[in-house]
Amino acid sequence: MPNLIVSDVTLTFGGLHALSSVNLEIQPGLITSVIGPNGAGKTSLLNCISGFYHPTSGEIHYKDRRLTKLAPHHVSKLGISRAFQNLELFSGLSVLDNLMLARHKDLSYSLLHAVFFFGKAARVEAENRENVERVIDFMELEPYRKQIVGNLSYGVQKRVEVARALTLEPEVILLDEPMAGMNVEEKEDMVRFIFDIKKEWEITVVIVEHDLGVVMDISDQIYVLDFGEVIGSGNADQIASNPRVVEAYIGEE
Amino acid sequence: MENRDHLLQYSIPQLLRWRVKTSGNQTALREKDFGRWIPYSWNEYYDYTRRASLGLKQIGFGRQDKIALICDNIPEVLFVAIGAQAAGGISAGIYQTTLPDEIAQIIDYLEISVVFCSDQEQVDKVLEIRERIPNVKRVIYEDPRGMRGYRSDQWFMSIADLYALGDQAHQNDPGAFENMVDEGRPDDVCHLCLTSGTTGLPKGAMMTHRNYINMGLRLTEVDPLAATDEYVSFLPFAWIGEQMNSFGVAMATGIAINFPESVETAMADLKEIGPHFMFGAPRIYETIRSQIWLKIDESYRFNKLCYNFFMKIGEKAAHYRMTGRSKPPVLGVLSWLGSVLMFRPLVNQMGLSRLRRAYTGGAALGPELFTFYQAIGVNLKQIYGQTEITGIAYVHRDGEVHPETVGKPLPGTECMISDQGEILSRSASVPKGYYKAPEKTAELIEPDGWLHSGDAGYINENGHLVVIDRVSDVMHNSRGEMFSPMFLENRLKFSPYIKEAVIFGDQQDYVSALINIDPIVVGKWAEDRGISFSTFMDLSAKPEVADLVYREIARINANAEQPHFRSCLWDHRVSGCYSRRP
Repeated sequence: MPNLIVSDVTLTFGGLHALSSVNLEIQPGLITSVIGPNGAGKTSLLNCISGFYHPTSGEIHYKDRRLTKLAPHHVSKLGISRAFQNLELFSGLSVLDNLMLARHKDLSYSLLHAVFFFGKAARVEAENRENVERVIDFMELEPYRKQIVGNLSYGVQKRVEVARALTLEPEVILLDEPMAGMNVEEKEDMVRFIFDIKKEWEITVVIVEHDLGVVMDISDQIYVLDFGEVIGSGNADQIASNPRVVEAYIGEE
Repeated sequence: MENRDHLLQYSIPQLLRWRVKTSGNQTALREKDFGRWIPYSWNEYYDYTRRASLGLKQIGFGRQDKIALICDNIPEVLFVAIGAQAAGGISAGIYQTTLPDEIAQIIDYLEISVVFCSDQEQVDKVLEIRERIPNVKRVIYEDPRGMRGYRSDQWFMSIADLYALGDQAHQNDPGAFENMVDEGRPDDVCHLCLTSGTTGLPKGAMMTHRNYINMGLRLTEVDPLAATDEYVSFLPFAWIGEQMNSFGVAMATGIAINFPESVETAMADLKEIGPHFMFGAPRIYETIRSQIWLKIDESYRFNKLCYNFFMKIGEKAAHYRMTGRSKPPVLGVLSWLGSVLMFRPLVNQMGLSRLRRAYTGGAALGPELFTFYQAIGVNLKQIYGQTEITGIAYVHRDGEVHPETVGKPLPGTECMISDQGEILSRSASVPKGYYKAPEKTAELIEPDGWLHSGDAGYINENGHLVVIDRVSDVMHNSRGEMFSPMFLENRLKFSPYIKEAVIFGDQQDYVSALINIDPIVVGKWAEDRGISFSTFMDLSAKPEVADLVYREIARINANAEQPHFRSCLWDHRVSGCYSRRP
């Protein structure tokens, strides 16, 4: 039973079709990848799911809830969180502060409590910190906890980006090009983290990625987008032997 | 001072029990996890050890059985190691960086029956060699992350399951553990410590409970520690340097051991703890000094001026302190001022402000580093020893920090120089020999207890031991005069401009050296003098740099103890052999 269903989604900007009649089914507990050439509409699709864009037509459902017109913070409350392709971190804050900030949706105390930092405020902060520390441990960010994000290497910032999505305790995590701009070693680390997100924390993973090799190795299900259309889907073997996909990637023979 | 020799009658588990009785609620261990320091009291330490011990017993680990530990520094390594020792077994540490093939050979040689791994990385290595180690009954792991796929396999076991087995056994027979602990004898072998074999497999030194406890007692007789002191565990547990502290010093004194969050955070965690004593290889001290230099260099002009001014005073004062003389009053006041205004805050930034003393060992450290650390108020001292004498047997005494020596023997350690010039030592910390290698043991330990170090050395006029080199590495020139390449190389490397040096000259007329300049220091030197260069190669080919190296070697030659120790200097300016040729 798929729990995230994208049905017939079309997104147009004026006359430009970013997505046309896209259908996607994301199975719980699996790694689903969306691949495609530049400008194929991959990020637009993630934006539609996470509520940054609202599709021109079509519907998106998550566990029988309609996401189509929801704002991003409502989508994240439903358990779908997202890591961005172009790091959207607060570069002047520490790793810890970035992660704590991400949990603002769970900060349910009043201003008065916050000012004097007593009772509920202290308790809620401690709970949030505990959660954040679990993520720091999981993403192996201990050495960087107190460091300013802007001073960290790109690969580590990517890890912080993924960590921030995890601090929201999601059921589904959307990763937008988590491997982009990384060296081989950093990619291997990231792949290990993605596997562990799936296996240890049982979170459904949706990856938008450029790197075909990585996608073929780790995905349970792959969708291929080209010019806003789904041109193929299936597991790695099916994708590799799909003539339309080969054409889109390698060009016509 | 209080006499603690009665502790020598205990085995390590018995001494742990004694600590529980005398100071059960005090903190024995601390581990940083999820960003917090989590304390373990001696009571908890003992409880976990009991659970591990009885658990091991339940899976068929008995007297004289051996357990291998392939672990990062975590409290569980002590619980499992001492738990195994309490059960009459023997622990053995394997370096985390060891490759699977070598692990298989070690496990085979030491007849290991249980392996304890810290995480999936180590478990996977053991899994790779599963077919080759049929005698290993169980592989226990601490961190369950990534172990999901192995759950169904009975060969693997989590430490939580081991504890559960131990708890069950304790409920069934509450006296069993105490009886097991009672059976231990201080002269039983408790740990097999791998010694770095330069050729072939490492050898396992059969360490006894008393070896460790004696070492801890004797060292702290010279340099006392309070039971409330802190120590940070960041050296590999397979190395004697860590065991001597966690088995020996901590047990003998009751200090707390702190485990860093991860290998990468060790230095930051050290800063948070502010240990009272530390031990490390020279590299650590070189790194810390470089960090200080770098930060001072990036600081404001005023800070730099103050630093340079007080550093000169600090170094002067350090010479008085290192030789145990009292300072002239003016210097005393100035150095006090420097300490209050500059060095205490500086050292506090590095987390070293509470250090009573820091030890360096394993390799030679430049004399200017001793002066540097003494100047900023860190009591850095040289130690000398080997695995086969539980790490430390010689140490600098306070007020007698002579960088060219390794200090005096610990109380109860006898020292002798053999006719061949080799250093021999004898003490209660000498192990029973090598495991399953009687002929190697016979080469190592004389029947009357004298331990061969393999190092050549002599005792100087102050009664300090001076180590020259490995006996086997000593070279002779064509006239048969003896010299030590390592000794000469170190002399050259003590120059800040020289990073590496290799000495040649065995059976030759004279000693020559291949020199590698330090790119950073020499680069800075060249920049300061307006000498432009592009690459390292270009820099090293500059005539000015050659001049610099020439002057350095001439200075080192001038201080050589023996004429034939001098490196032959080719005068590149007149292209002919310089007159130093003997």
